[in-house]
Amino acid sequence: MASSRPNSYYWQGLRAAAPFIIAIAPFSIVFGVLAVESGLSIAQTIGFSFIVVAGASQFAAVQLMTEDAHFAVIVATALAVNLRMAMYSAALAPHLGMAPLWQRAIVAYLNVDQTFAMSVARYEAEPQLTLSQRLAYFMGLSTSVLSSWFAGSIFGAVAGQGIPKDLSLEFAVPITFLALASGLLRTVAHWAAAASSVIIALALDWVPLNLGLLIAAGVAMAVGAGVEIRNGRTQ
Amino acid sequence: MTYSTTEIWALIGAIGIGTYVIRFSFLGLVGSRAMPDWAMRLLRYAPVAVLPGLVAPAVMWPDGDAAMDPARLVAAAVTVLIGWRSGNLVAAIFAGGGTFALLSL
Repeated sequence: MASSRPNSYYWQGLRAAAPFIIAIAPFSIVFGVLAVESGLSIAQTIGFSFIVVAGASQFAAVQLMTEDAHFAVIVATALAVNLRMAMYSAALAPHLGMAPLWQRAIVAYLNVDQTFAMSVARYEAEPQLTLSQRLAYFMGLSTSVLSSWFAGSIFGAVAGQGIPKDLSLEFAVPITFLALASGLLRTVAHWAAAASSVIIALALDWVPLNLGLLIAAGVAMAVGAGVEIRNGRTQ
Repeated sequence: MTYSTTEIWALIGAIGIGTYVIRFSFLGLVGSRAMPDWAMRLLRYAPVAVLPGLVAPAVMWPDGDAAMDPARLVAAAVTVLIGWRSGNLVAAIFAGGGTFALLSL
């Protein structure tokens, strides 16, 4: 049957993630526009999307760059935003861990929120898939998701040059982050972590080098984990 | 923004390498060994622990002084409400952005 060939799994993945082409485009275009508006060159903006490939951390870095934050603080904050991907990497390992190193290296580059979530859901639903079918499906998902991210960033960076500087577009970054974070507020523990993060970040806003944010993030993670343990929730 | 061209590329490179190492970590090096429970539990809260605190000052005191801007506060509240109830990223962005645009006319 045709559907057992890896090639058709590629197309299945591509089609399954097709809605993300539309969902990601506004996000990537806004990144391109904002990065250029904030003072990055077109090449730097596009390079950012191709080298880092992690929207939320890219917005975080640009936000801190407009505040002239210290180099190490920008890197630490961006990586803190991306720490969740260690979890994705761990979740993919049982399904793709037996692939050759070079293939795992490519998967790691393409391992983002959407490709991770959709691939693991399929792998768990159909444990009988072969390794090459799993890889083909992952590559199909990645084609849809990342083409939108790359193309949108390029379009936004080029279009951003034509947008007047006095539009108060800078508030698009906070809006984007709040939208991202609020979609994740599934449990009391998530709310507790988010509230701690806001309160401590505001209370420590006077601390130099934006270090208050890193303290707030560390405490908020512990608060979330603590509430989870108290509520006896094991996921 | 006062960074030199070299500094900006160095920043992008450092964040890119760090992010890649995070993504590669378990898949590439650790293999299929499970992560300890306490680490998974902490990592689960990383996004909601970082993002709200990152934007809180820009929402509360946008120009670095103590003056609050009602348009930003309301737009932020609308974004969180829509994002939380619908779970739809794009809907939340447009609702919040639209609210901010209307209120700051």
